[in-house]
Amino acid sequence: MRVALFVTCLVDFFRPSVGFAAVKLLEQAGCTVEVPRAQTCCGQPAYNSGDRADAKAIALQVLDAFAGYEYIVAPSGSCAGMIRQHYSELFADDPVNLLRARELARRSWELVSFLVDICGMRSVDARWDHEATYHDACSGLRELGIKLQPRQLLASVAGLRLKELPGAEVCCGFGGTFCVKYPDISDKMVTDKEADIAATGAEAVLAGDLGCLLNIAGKVHRLGRQVEVRHVAEVLAGMTEAAAPIGVGR
Amino acid sequence: MRATSRNFEDNARAGLANDNLQQALGLAQTGFPLRRRLAINRLPEFEALRETGRSIKDHTLEYLDFYLEFYESKVLASGGKVHWASTPQEACNAVLQICRSVGAKTVAKGKSMVAEEVGLNEFLEQNGITPVETDLGEYIIQLRHEPPSHIIAPAIHLIKEQVAETFRAEHRSLDPDRSLAEPRQMCDEARAILRPHFLAADVGITGANFLVAETGSSIIVTNEGNGDLTQTLPRVHIVMTSLEKLVPTLEDAGTLLRLLARSATGQEFSSYTTISTGPRRAEDLDGPEQYHVVLLDNGRSALIGSEFQDMLRCIRCSACINHCPVYTAIGGHAYGWVYPGPMGAVLTPSLIGIEAAGHLPNASTFCGRCESVCPVKIPLPKMMRSWREREFAAKLSPPVFRTGLSLWAWIARRPALYHVLVEVASRALGWAGRGRGRFRALPLANGWTAVRDLPAPEGRSFQSLWAERQKTGAAK
Repeated sequence: MRVALFVTCLVDFFRPSVGFAAVKLLEQAGCTVEVPRAQTCCGQPAYNSGDRADAKAIALQVLDAFAGYEYIVAPSGSCAGMIRQHYSELFADDPVNLLRARELARRSWELVSFLVDICGMRSVDARWDHEATYHDACSGLRELGIKLQPRQLLASVAGLRLKELPGAEVCCGFGGTFCVKYPDISDKMVTDKEADIAATGAEAVLAGDLGCLLNIAGKVHRLGRQVEVRHVAEVLAGMTEAAAPIGVGR
Repeated sequence: MRATSRNFEDNARAGLANDNLQQALGLAQTGFPLRRRLAINRLPEFEALRETGRSIKDHTLEYLDFYLEFYESKVLASGGKVHWASTPQEACNAVLQICRSVGAKTVAKGKSMVAEEVGLNEFLEQNGITPVETDLGEYIIQLRHEPPSHIIAPAIHLIKEQVAETFRAEHRSLDPDRSLAEPRQMCDEARAILRPHFLAADVGITGANFLVAETGSSIIVTNEGNGDLTQTLPRVHIVMTSLEKLVPTLEDAGTLLRLLARSATGQEFSSYTTISTGPRRAEDLDGPEQYHVVLLDNGRSALIGSEFQDMLRCIRCSACINHCPVYTAIGGHAYGWVYPGPMGAVLTPSLIGIEAAGHLPNASTFCGRCESVCPVKIPLPKMMRSWREREFAAKLSPPVFRTGLSLWAWIARRPALYHVLVEVASRALGWAGRGRGRFRALPLANGWTAVRDLPAPEGRSFQSLWAERQKTGAAK
């Protein structure tokens, strides 16, 4: 399968190791991975800020950049959700691009659900001796129905004990620009999230979206906690050695 | 009701700093969703019922003019009267006129959010008529001169100690040393105080959960039975409601009632469901002599055909509010008007204008939990986004934010430039944060670093590393 990786702007800038973990997992699943150079962002910041014109322009760029690939895969439920659920809304009054957007939506997947639901991956060859908990990032959960797939693959990681997080489906308070526009409210939400994580007693928290992870890691470290924060792909790819946990120095 | 939605940020900060509120919200945050979940688990066809509920409301809105006229003809036929009110002022005037025509001095009131919306209590007081709230929560906040903070649990922002304090301060004829430690004791006390008010009231005002076109009936649900006393004991019953409460048939109302109770309180059915059709007939043992319906529009009909039409499906169950992480963080008063939470974030700008309520649709992470629990599948995040689009198009969002967004979008549309800038920034910030791996403060990032650290980038962008890897790969 010829797969194009949608790197996502946050992974590109903050944490390339998540991108490489995604490539490794996709290759393990038998895919040939390419990374179109003409990609930047999915346009969600503009779309959710009411800037429809810019959101459309960026979406068109994505339509062009990812034309011709069998699948497009992103290590983020949020960006994949944007492409799958929202691009067609953007082009509701533009029939030609609407067809292209719908066609792209059918080819677009979030990484972990792609591995399980399309590639049929049932286990991974990885070891990580940790007790960890898992936060269900909102877009992946509610826009794409991602819930069991990461748990199924994590269950196969040697040495990993997964503890369920109470309130795993409650938003962490990231919300894109929300977290900087309403920092006080965001703070309360991520503080509650950190308390739920701490209550599990887990040494690590995983999720499938870097936005949530940066927010959670930022709070964990501001509070001086020792919980390790990582993208689920790093663990599944057995690449936790390649980078320190999010927000931890080298 | 005077809106303070413009001060949303300050209101929210006040809510976050209020310990009693935080304690009260903490209980609500787990209680409501859990009870709803348990009730839904006992009803396998709940998902199918949601779809039916949605289509009932969509159908009614499609033919709203027809059903409204049909409804009015049925109300008239049963001996009642419909008062059409385009504005809050017209609604208040209609109520006042009815009250004056029967020389009313006191009015017993069941819970009505529409009455809150038009500021009915204040208006009646100014005109020498005393309204007495009979819903326990509404009664408590009336004593405290506070607006409701939730559409079905108006006093949810209070803890029981605050209620006891209010009762001691206001019920001065009672023994000051009595025990008010238990909710039951406060409930009994309110009951004893309210009973004579029901008997003395000249007019009873209730809201309506549904209006039924085929029979001209209004339906209310309560868990305290106060609605029945409010509408059967006084000589005159006024139903204060708005036009989107209409459904075609009693069976439709039955379907929506099944959705309502489960979504709202996790009950299979509310304790009391009361259907009223016209005034007392000759063979009736009790009931009011007059039956009036004051039907408010206040901007609702203008939503039909707009991107906000779906909002008129709302049955006011509050599931979206109860599941909203923003509401449960800051409480209902922060929203600054009658309707809080996600439904308020869409409805309030529709009714009082986006200029006055711009924060509301912006203060959402789009986590989507509201839409996922809505019994009539209202796409709340989508409509909040539509408000943001209108706000952006009207240039109402802050100029700094707009400029920043435009600049970012300009760069994001130029991949070659974008990749260079990302690589430079990633290297610079990666180098600056290489020791600690995070920043406690960073210029231009105060919104982030005020409350949490900013993890440092690893130091190279994925795109540049990938390009290098491709080159080495090709060289091999």
